[in-house]
Amino acid sequence: MGLTLPILILAIPFTMFLILGLGGVKMSHKLAGILGILGNGTLAVIAYIVAFTYFFSGNPEFIVDGVRQQVQLFDVTWLAFTDRMVVNIGFLLDPICAMMLVVITTISFMVHLYSWGYMEGEKGFQRYYAFLSLFTFSMLGLVVATNIFQMYIFWELVGVSSYLLIGFFYKLPSAVSASKKAFIVTRFADLFMLIGILFLSYYVSSTPADGVLGGASAFNFMMLNAQPIAVLQSTVGATFMGASVLTWAMVLIFVGGMGKSAMMPLHIWLPDAMEGPTPVSALIHAATMVVAGVYLVARFFPMFCIVPDSLTFICVVGAITAFYAAVVACAQIDIKRILAFSTISQIAFMMVALGCAYNEPVEGVHYSGLGYMAGMFHLFTHAMFKALLFLGAGCLIHAVHSNNYTEMGGLRKYMPICHWTFLIGCLAIAGIWPFSGFFSKDEMLAAMFSRHWFWGAWMTMVAGLTAFYMFRMYFLVFWWEENPKYKHEGHKPHDAPWQMSLPLIILAAVSCVAGFIPFGELVTFNGEPYHIHIEGSVAATSLTVAVLAIALATLMYVKKNPWPERVKNFWPSLWRAANRRFYWDEIYMFITHKFIFNIICKSIAWFDRHIIDGTMDGLAAVTQWTSVKIKGMQSGSAQSYVIWYFFGAVVLAAITWICIL
Amino acid sequence: MFSNFLIWFVIVPIIMMAGLACCGNGNMKAIRAVMVTCSTVLLGMAIWLVCEFLRLRGAGDTSEMLFQGSWMWYEPLNIHLAVGVDGISVLMLLLSAIIVFAGTFASWKINPLPKNFFLWFALLSTGVFGFFISIDMFTMFMFYEVALIPMYLLIGVWGTGRKEYSAMKLTLMLMGGSAFLMLGLLGIYWHSAPEGGELTWNILQIAHNNSIDPTWQNMLFCFTFVGFGVLGAMFPFHTWSPDGHACAPTAVSMLHAGVLMKLGGYGCFRIAIYLLPSAAQELSWIFIILTGISIVYGAFSACVQTDLKYINAYSSVSHCGMVLFAILMLNQTAMTGGILQMLSHGLMTALFFALIGMIYGRTHTRDIREMGGMMKIMPYLGVCYMIAGFASLGLPGMSGFVAEMTIFFGAFENSDLFHRIFVIAATTSIVITAVYILRVVGKLILGPVQDEHHLQLTDASWWERLSTATLILCLAGIGFFPNWINETIQQSFVPIINALNTAI
Repeated sequence: MGLTLPILILAIPFTMFLILGLGGVKMSHKLAGILGILGNGTLAVIAYIVAFTYFFSGNPEFIVDGVRQQVQLFDVTWLAFTDRMVVNIGFLLDPICAMMLVVITTISFMVHLYSWGYMEGEKGFQRYYAFLSLFTFSMLGLVVATNIFQMYIFWELVGVSSYLLIGFFYKLPSAVSASKKAFIVTRFADLFMLIGILFLSYYVSSTPADGVLGGASAFNFMMLNAQPIAVLQSTVGATFMGASVLTWAMVLIFVGGMGKSAMMPLHIWLPDAMEGPTPVSALIHAATMVVAGVYLVARFFPMFCIVPDSLTFICVVGAITAFYAAVVACAQIDIKRILAFSTISQIAFMMVALGCAYNEPVEGVHYSGLGYMAGMFHLFTHAMFKALLFLGAGCLIHAVHSNNYTEMGGLRKYMPICHWTFLIGCLAIAGIWPFSGFFSKDEMLAAMFSRHWFWGAWMTMVAGLTAFYMFRMYFLVFWWEENPKYKHEGHKPHDAPWQMSLPLIILAAVSCVAGFIPFGELVTFNGEPYHIHIEGSVAATSLTVAVLAIALATLMYVKKNPWPERVKNFWPSLWRAANRRFYWDEIYMFITHKFIFNIICKSIAWFDRHIIDGTMDGLAAVTQWTSVKIKGMQSGSAQSYVIWYFFGAVVLAAITWICIL
Repeated sequence: MFSNFLIWFVIVPIIMMAGLACCGNGNMKAIRAVMVTCSTVLLGMAIWLVCEFLRLRGAGDTSEMLFQGSWMWYEPLNIHLAVGVDGISVLMLLLSAIIVFAGTFASWKINPLPKNFFLWFALLSTGVFGFFISIDMFTMFMFYEVALIPMYLLIGVWGTGRKEYSAMKLTLMLMGGSAFLMLGLLGIYWHSAPEGGELTWNILQIAHNNSIDPTWQNMLFCFTFVGFGVLGAMFPFHTWSPDGHACAPTAVSMLHAGVLMKLGGYGCFRIAIYLLPSAAQELSWIFIILTGISIVYGAFSACVQTDLKYINAYSSVSHCGMVLFAILMLNQTAMTGGILQMLSHGLMTALFFALIGMIYGRTHTRDIREMGGMMKIMPYLGVCYMIAGFASLGLPGMSGFVAEMTIFFGAFENSDLFHRIFVIAATTSIVITAVYILRVVGKLILGPVQDEHHLQLTDASWWERLSTATLILCLAGIGFFPNWINETIQQSFVPIINALNTAI
């Protein structure tokens, strides 16, 4: 493959950003929209060509003896810290990267198209498209990174585009504070990632005699991942607080991923990020950016495998987060928040799947890399159906001008397209055959059961919860009882214009068939194809659980009835706690605002003004005081001079006398 | 003498002063014409110098300083006017020229006494340029003082708020620093040659002689480092900075934070570390603690300020702390990062102060609680402010990121626990910086409009756009293509690193 296509993949969105960002003010909305959509359409086509060439061309550059290769299409020096530590910007093509190219450009294109209808007439329409292009550029740069430092660069850029898009409605204080929160929380996580990178690049490559990486860049993924386990382990003999430095480094890097992927306890920014325009939530906070953490783990998978403790850590974080988010999602009113928590829960699902994978054959496990494959598979299917659900939610919000399901109800009659596509999305996420979620979820659960029955059982329970809260939302929005509020003055909610409906239909179609993609043939941890087959027992269990959960939701929510209230009142404090997300925000507020801001910052500022500066002012004051006091000595009166002369003489005499003695 | 190119960096500002002196007092057009012409010429010269320097280096000229020249000035003490530049001073000259250029446009409508303002402004530039081209300690010190003194009048006359107090405080504290510095420089001079040799002020000569014994070095290191450190806003000698910046007029804040504070950092490595390497090895830990405190302390202090200029002044304390911190790491990568941080901070802070000046000129307040929604009222300035903010919090694609990362990676090369702990502590500043920057951006630029009267304000005029766009282009230029600057600086550190290595 030549250089043209990979360079175009990065250049197109960046150019779009510059054109729309600098020249947007002068453009009409229509021109900006067409430019954005055309640019992204072209980008998607190029990405498809690249991915198709990679997977299916059979080119020996990409596939050797049936094993898919990692290829660095280009890698140029950007900044050289030292001879050894050189930051490159490049383009790494391998199965997960090719898959991500498809996911990002597809969803981005859908969102561009959808936004044309959704954001019509909004002020700053051009700016919106410019930011979307910036985001697409950064996300593509992130997935094609050849080294951890390039990833970090684009990781930050992704964060800032997310900040800009969440705060798109910048006149609303809530949007401003949500964007600020998103940026600061992820930045906080990135700090750990940076420290992790520092550790990794020094410890893994500095000893012995620079031999490990053969003088090449200490950041490069291929170099790091390709090291034989024994070599790496021997270089990380140093331990700190009971764990090897490599473990620390990998865990710290993963903390960066926790921030971006909204894992507990760094999840608090994601629900608030729903303040941004809904298509943005679909693109960034459901399908692409939030899975960056999962992608990071997959990218560094061989390194994580060397230190199994870090994989266990990933599993534990993921399992807790998945359960927590699922419980919270059951008690939300805002449909975007429900979807946000559902996203958190699903990403945690992928994390656990990755954490349950092995990178070498294990006895009693028929395919050790199943978790990896399944996690990536779910990343793919989830991106499609979650984007669908978010875009559907956008249509609902567009129609009734509210985010809360209490303002909706009975909408199926008015918005048939939205209804059917939303239903498909819900079925997919609930894991019902033959929708895409079923296949990926089944593989993930199989992988978890093969690691330990506990992970499997726990996550099956979470899957059940998922089915329940999704159908709770579905029924409350589309069934339940019609809300008289939205039908005022003969104005009825209706389906959205074609720009908005078309993406829904396309994504729904993808969600119907994506499960049948032979994903294992394409994406595995070592490039060797794996033939997916459904595990009968796992599939039966998860299907049963999902169907039961849906049945329960149907009983409770299909028609207006007092049961939901009764359940809620059965243990009201639990419901309230879940509704308030178990008070995480309050805890953070307390720590950051009350403690750090009011106690640490204010006292430091006080100390600076009154103690440090006070000392300086004090010096000046003392000097001035002394000068005022002694200036009287220069009085011009002969008598006082004589007295001073006399005193001086006595003192000198005394000193001389003492010295002589 | 006049055939030496470098000397023109001092002569042009002097011509500028002469030209200004000929202008009528209220003749704004003539004054502007002189200022614009001269600052453009200076910028052109600086760009040409960089190109020529790179060309000579590329052609294989490996001598430590290029464009050298030396003329006897005062024979009994062997004082020369000696000039010469390496990669670092070349970049510093470019930075100064850019900021003088941007500062000229930022003070387009200075009032009252425009002529006198620009006269002092030109004198200040003379000092700055003279400092960066000198390789004779005495002339260097003289130019240093020339740059400091005009500050008193510029703040005292054209400032705002408690200007007399602040001007006095700034001048006295910096003079206090100079007193230490003078002692240090004299000490270096008296030990500059081995027994019986000819004493010299020439930096290269002293480094070559390397004849200062370690005990003396330790004492002189403290004097010189503290002396320059005061100007580099090192904790606990930084308190002139918030008050001084807050009261200074726009262009002066720009030049002061943008260039003058860099004199401190530049002096620290050019004199304190280069000439006193064994003391640097031995005593750097003390100053690492102080600068480490500066970084975090400045950032925390900035979080609670409500005056825009105070926020940026404390932010400067934090960022300049990073410069000295990097230089004290005593290895090539970190020191390179320190210089990058100087460039980056210079451009970024100049941009910040220019913007603050422009906003203040419209709203007549700098209190963030009284403003809001500037993005709606003046979108151009709002966008610029956000870009400056992103540069400050280290967004990739801006120079700040490059500088900070180079510092962290360089500093981490010191593998002992003490250094590592301080590096990790310093990295936390990237989060705190994000907090205070976004706090200001959220309150000032975004959000609803606070004051109805602000709705009538206008967006930037052409000279303001020119001034800010120049700075933003430079910030992004370094951020996108850092490697040539990085290499230029790294090469220039070779002699200093050699001095440090032989000192052990």
